[in-house]
Amino acid sequence: MFRIDFNKLRFLISDDNPHMRRILRTLLHSFGAREAYEAEDGATALEMYTHYVPDIVITDWAMPIFDGLELAQMIRQPESKGNPYAPIIMLTGHSEKRRVTVARDAGVTEFLAKPISAKGLYQRILNVVANPRPFIKTKTYFGPDRRRNTNGAYIGPERRVGGEFEILQQPSLLDKARSGV
Amino acid sequence: MANSKSDIEVKKFTDHHVITQPNPLRKVLRRVADDDIDDPVARAEKALSDLSGEFRQWMEIEVGRLADAHAAILKNGFTDKSRDELFRAAHDLKGDAVTFGYPPAGAVAESLCRIIEHAPDLARVPADLIAHHINAIQAIVHEHTKLDTISISHELSKRLRGVADDYLARVNHDRPEHLEAVMAPSIAPAD
Repeated sequence: MFRIDFNKLRFLISDDNPHMRRILRTLLHSFGAREAYEAEDGATALEMYTHYVPDIVITDWAMPIFDGLELAQMIRQPESKGNPYAPIIMLTGHSEKRRVTVARDAGVTEFLAKPISAKGLYQRILNVVANPRPFIKTKTYFGPDRRRNTNGAYIGPERRVGGEFEILQQPSLLDKARSGV
Repeated sequence: MANSKSDIEVKKFTDHHVITQPNPLRKVLRRVADDDIDDPVARAEKALSDLSGEFRQWMEIEVGRLADAHAAILKNGFTDKSRDELFRAAHDLKGDAVTFGYPPAGAVAESLCRIIEHAPDLARVPADLIAHHINAIQAIVHEHTKLDTISISHELSKRLRGVADDYLARVNHDRPEHLEAVMAPSIAPAD
């Protein structure tokens, strides 16, 4: 069994709601984290991301100035001077299937639908720490590998060309969002 | 804990690159015995429980914010700014209410979010439909401690959701994208 040394991790929390930030801070500190920086909008979060170089970003979707989706897109700039690879956990009150797809296509690593639970958050953090996915760069996408379809015969329009067939054996973000853990 | 650029391996294919690198967070993983008694999740749940004494006050603040946003709309009508503020207030309530111990208020807030997101023209939404949602959330939160109101709260949230869904189905009959979103099941974990 593995445990995470949270005291070696640096988090960035981005949420415009002070109560949710307090809850996240409480959970992370209880897990053992010491460094958790907080931003109340997307613009401040991006600035803090560049300044503090966090290991993991936890962001809300709906925020003023620019939202969590735009924040993810700005972090996932392959040519940026900062680190474009940091895991991004989207924690949101949005609970529609299409939102998961949109978040995934913006380069979000994990999706956690509210209501938040200690177990759900811990599992997401454990997953990004223990099971990082390779990154894919195409003309229209830069972010963690989105392939989860176990059907090797898939020939849809977005099938990548070239390279051996490889599949990550793990549930989709949508399945995980539905399960709540 | 980011890797240096020399650690990053790029495989180039016809229409994509696969980028791999040593796991920069690997060093924070520690193997422990299966019977290790330290349970970080239990510790966090306890901390959340210790915090719960503040939840009622937080709910009151969130509900006040929603009521203010609604009052601004009643006074000046819908603008992009007032719509966004109403949506954000309802959306925060939807996300927070279950954690704070007010699931029916969260359900009503979700119904209100759906109206704001999927009504073709907010100015044409019956004013009562929005007002009833706001009033219901306020009543559920203010009467929260009375045991006999719990089942009423659940019934109220179900009824309002039913009325809102009927309205959204009717006004979106020629907008398949919205209709599909309105009809789709929620992915939020059950409370």
